[in-house]
Amino acid sequence: MDTATPGPLETSIREKLVQLVQPASITISNDSWQHRHHAPMRAQGGGNGETHFSVQIVSDAFKGKTTMQRHRMVFSALSEELSQGLHSLSLKTKTTDEVEGSES
Amino acid sequence: MFRPALRSSYALIRSAAPFAHRHLTNEARSAIQKAINSSPVVLFMKGTPQLPECGFSRAVVQVLDLHGVPPEKMQTYNVLADQELRSGIKEFSEWPTIPQVYVNGEFLGGCDILLGMHQSGELEDLLVKHKIISEELPTETPQGQTKVSES
Repeated sequence: MDTATPGPLETSIREKLVQLVQPASITISNDSWQHRHHAPMRAQGGGNGETHFSVQIVSDAFKGKTTMQRHRMVFSALSEELSQGLHSLSLKTKTTDEVEGSES
Repeated sequence: MFRPALRSSYALIRSAAPFAHRHLTNEARSAIQKAINSSPVVLFMKGTPQLPECGFSRAVVQVLDLHGVPPEKMQTYNVLADQELRSGIKEFSEWPTIPQVYVNGEFLGGCDILLGMHQSGELEDLLVKHKIISEELPTETPQGQTKVSES
């Protein structure tokens, strides 16, 4: 699937997360096409192509926080998107130290 | 006439929560609490362990299965079969996505957190600590051969 041009939802996710945590790096991939057969997606006619995303964020704003606290931060920032069609977010949230410590 | 003070303060608390778009009734809240207490491990998922209807729910089922969580210590709830539960559990946990895992009444997280804990070994420690599985001896691994599956 073509993911070259980010859709409006992806753009808005990126803007909000950049503002939230000032990331050293942020990678967003749109995985919606993998899930378009889902019962809830089928109910929406296959979804609008912007329902499922994977987000990898490296930011020192996550320092001293548990994974759950980090995910909650992200979810809170995107609560608007989540209530308007964003269905799933797969998150990887690391600090710069954690990335340097374990390259995988 | 007395004012419904309790009720309004309750609403205030709920509206401060990030995902509380609707008010969870006390009835729905206690039903969810009862579900969470129904077993040491409780999984709110899409579909059933035999027939998961979402890859993330499937992954969580597989990880729990891999650790040998016995069926009698695990209860799963199919949120697709219960619309009220589906929206209620998100608000209850203040977590916007399914699956959700609870261990002994405590919210553990969703798929990413569970997979992360599995990879780091924390999940096994936690399940042992909560006496859901017993400490496992490496039985099937021949000496000198450590099977590592990392990606």
